[in-house]
Amino acid sequence: MALNPAEFKTDVHNDWCPGCGDFGIVNAIQMALADMGVQRDKTTIFSGIGCSGKTSHFINTYGIHTLHGRVLTFAQGAKIANPEMTVVAVGGDGDGLGIGAGHFVAAGRRNVDMTYIIFDNGVYGLTKGQASPTLKLGEKTKSLPSPNTNSNVNPIGLAIASGFTFVARGYSYDVKHLKDLIAQAINHKGLSFLDVLQPCPTYNDINTRDWYAGVDLMDEAQKRHSRIYKLEEQEFEPVVHYDSEVEVNEKLSQALIKSLEWGNKIPIGVFYKNEITTPYTVRLQDKIPNYLENPPAKQNISKNGYSNTDISKILDSLQV
Amino acid sequence: MGSVDFTWLIGGPQGSGVESGANIFSRVCAEMGYQVFGKREFYSNIKGEHSYFTVRIADKKIHSNVNDVNLMASFDAETIFRHYDEIIPGGGIIYDSDMIEIKTDAVHTLDAPFKERLHKELESKNKPFTIAGVLEIVKEKGVLLFPVSFKSILETLSEETENPRLKGLVRMFNVIGVSLSLGLVKMPTDSLQKTIETIFSKKPEIAKINQQTATYSYNYAAAKFENFDYELTGTEKEPGTLLVQGFQGTALGKMASGCRFQPYYPITPASDESVYLETNEILEIIEDRPGSIAVIQTEDEICAMGMTIGSALTGTRSATCTSGPGFALMTEMLGWAGINEVPIVITNYQRSGPSTGLPTRHGQDDLLFAVFAGHGDFPKIVYASGEIEESFYDTGNCFNYADTFQVPVIHMMDKFHASSVITCKRFDTKKISINRGKLLEKVEDGYKRFEFTDDGISPRSRLGMDNGIFWNTGDESDETGHISEDPVLRAKMMDKRMSRLDLIRERIPKSQQVLSFGVEDFTIISWGSTIGPVLDAIDMLKKEGISIGLIQLKLMHPFPGDYVASLLKDVKTIIDIEANHSGQLGKLFKQNVGRDIDYFILKYTGRAMTSTEIYDSLKRIVENKADKREILMHGA
Repeated sequence: MALNPAEFKTDVHNDWCPGCGDFGIVNAIQMALADMGVQRDKTTIFSGIGCSGKTSHFINTYGIHTLHGRVLTFAQGAKIANPEMTVVAVGGDGDGLGIGAGHFVAAGRRNVDMTYIIFDNGVYGLTKGQASPTLKLGEKTKSLPSPNTNSNVNPIGLAIASGFTFVARGYSYDVKHLKDLIAQAINHKGLSFLDVLQPCPTYNDINTRDWYAGVDLMDEAQKRHSRIYKLEEQEFEPVVHYDSEVEVNEKLSQALIKSLEWGNKIPIGVFYKNEITTPYTVRLQDKIPNYLENPPAKQNISKNGYSNTDISKILDSLQV
Repeated sequence: MGSVDFTWLIGGPQGSGVESGANIFSRVCAEMGYQVFGKREFYSNIKGEHSYFTVRIADKKIHSNVNDVNLMASFDAETIFRHYDEIIPGGGIIYDSDMIEIKTDAVHTLDAPFKERLHKELESKNKPFTIAGVLEIVKEKGVLLFPVSFKSILETLSEETENPRLKGLVRMFNVIGVSLSLGLVKMPTDSLQKTIETIFSKKPEIAKINQQTATYSYNYAAAKFENFDYELTGTEKEPGTLLVQGFQGTALGKMASGCRFQPYYPITPASDESVYLETNEILEIIEDRPGSIAVIQTEDEICAMGMTIGSALTGTRSATCTSGPGFALMTEMLGWAGINEVPIVITNYQRSGPSTGLPTRHGQDDLLFAVFAGHGDFPKIVYASGEIEESFYDTGNCFNYADTFQVPVIHMMDKFHASSVITCKRFDTKKISINRGKLLEKVEDGYKRFEFTDDGISPRSRLGMDNGIFWNTGDESDETGHISEDPVLRAKMMDKRMSRLDLIRERIPKSQQVLSFGVEDFTIISWGSTIGPVLDAIDMLKKEGISIGLIQLKLMHPFPGDYVASLLKDVKTIIDIEANHSGQLGKLFKQNVGRDIDYFILKYTGRAMTSTEIYDSLKRIVENKADKREILMHGA
């Protein structure tokens, strides 16, 4: 049953800069959770460090504001221990694709059933605008002393290569579309990745709201040509329908090719979706048959204040 | 019959079955009622470098290895070159008679510094640089030589059993060496057969070949060699004796203590514990459905620590297991667990540092690092186990400390523990109490995770609990867990967390903080695995009428300074014994007790101390002939 998004707001003062793209993302998360009618106390938002890291404080569910680059590690641990929780991890592009890139790749291989949203703005905002992993080579945002000397990472491509089974991109100023993507990501059985383009009005003076809106591409009739377009309007089919190498490879390659589009045409929407790859919980259940019905967080470990674990058979095997 | 105290050494290239040979020998001795203390030494290498196992057996409780070796079973040249001088007069060496002419230069795994020392020694004694040369030295010393052609044993066996494959099966050399040894000391054979059957229970064919080889070799030694003085015919077995490997103490402790989640990243000497846990991941629960422990191999130690914390936030008892380099990576998160008051246990099997150091060798190098790990001030517990048997029960205590004080607990173990094989009393799960502290079963309205309380510990909700919503952050926070930079609140929160340190010293029973083995004019302070050889050294001195006291520190942080000071107030000479360069416990002692250490007995060769060398140093101290820093060097 749909709930009121207001129930998912805390009264913590939001100190993001006026006009920050982050507002749209946090609103979209709250709206998606409300639409889905998730139980607040069965949901945890994990966040990394930076402006986006404060997100967990603005959402009225369990909220765990972790460390720079490490959000996925905390989130996976919690989800594996208590698989009945809805888990959403959020963080910046520097957080997830710079310092946390190793965890990003490893999380893809694991495919734990949760959602990871990257607030992608091309800069390190909270440390005053250094270049982040998604800023292009040679670009010079406002506070850089000289143009960026690194090439950018392709978040969608990296997610696909790493094994994420739901890969999508949203835009923070299209909140309704973003909300739908978030709901799809959460509903997906496996690890979902959402790259959200999010203008930083303070430090990124290249990829601005106007730039995404294509103000600079205005034609003679003063008509804007938004750079953003939606994959679903182009009859792009991202879903892996059956378990064959040909099918999987085809969907992976078309997603990768799409992810390379940038400049005057930037796709948003779902790039790839595969529910055939088993989520981590299923892999655990193959080893531990009652894992889902009796996961770590639900196990009773004591009786009358003493251990209730019976290790006598193991001790017998060690006894001489 | 006099008391038995016998040390056996087996060596060979890594991958040649030295470890399984030692396992068979240890198990046979334990089956025959002897107490066992075995230790494995190995290179950071998979195949080819020299590894060896010393197994000491006795008819009373023993806690360590000694310098003297009574019998060495070798099947390669390197073992003889490296260990010939450890065999005492009257002891023996079993060796492959086909190797007698091998020169030192032909053994490529003999490293230059060792070869230089060996050549010098051989030169000074006017011996050739060959196996024959070193054997001449030991023979002159009174060591008995037992030459056996391993190849012809296999050939004969192959003919007798009509099994042509056996002829070239050099991987049987270890079983031959073990069985020759047991034949020499006249250990009854049925325990040998039984042990081989147990070890190869899943491979009956291999068990059969091994049993045939064992029988033949045993009889061969018993018939051919008659002049060996030592007879080990068995003694009365203590009922309920376990033969355990060091890492099994903490692993079994974790199962019993309700640890249900352990992520880890592979590192020597810690990973054996995690692998053992995963092997036993499904757990029997009394009067309940089966439980389980989720053991997750992560991409690095940072993830292992993050997952441990994430899982602990759901109310699951969670731990990770690592060694120095891995723990170094975990320290940023340790502070996060500290400021968010998350109960976790980090089992830290230390090895020799710094950096990669001696990755497969022993050291108690990381005490100060553990105590001071993490930036900023936050409460934590550093707890150290002495003997392996203790580590089972200590693991239970560590989880109770973590839960009741809501702090990270670092459980200090080390390589000496991890690669020892010992006999001990069967672990008693009934002694493992479970105290979850202020972990809530139900949450009332208006819950605040970091609520100020009288004792400074707040009731703890868990992720996913009805009505128990809370926030955590690595930033300073208010009672609800939201970020706050208010200076007054900051001071109050710091005070709340740091008050935990006094509470820990106050509430943990004294008997769990420090173990006193008696206080004398000369009293030792020590910690961790070094306690074993110290106990045996004290025992050796006692037999000579010299009494030396011992205080074993277990609660390393917060350091129980006042209590230790009161215990040691009448002591004249304080001796600090530990396996590191700087005397790290001594530094903590000075800082917290305000008293200087009179003597240090230290070892940082990467090899664990033997009781013999501690005895020697203690004796020098008592006789006022010692250096302020006695540095121990024994061991290949």
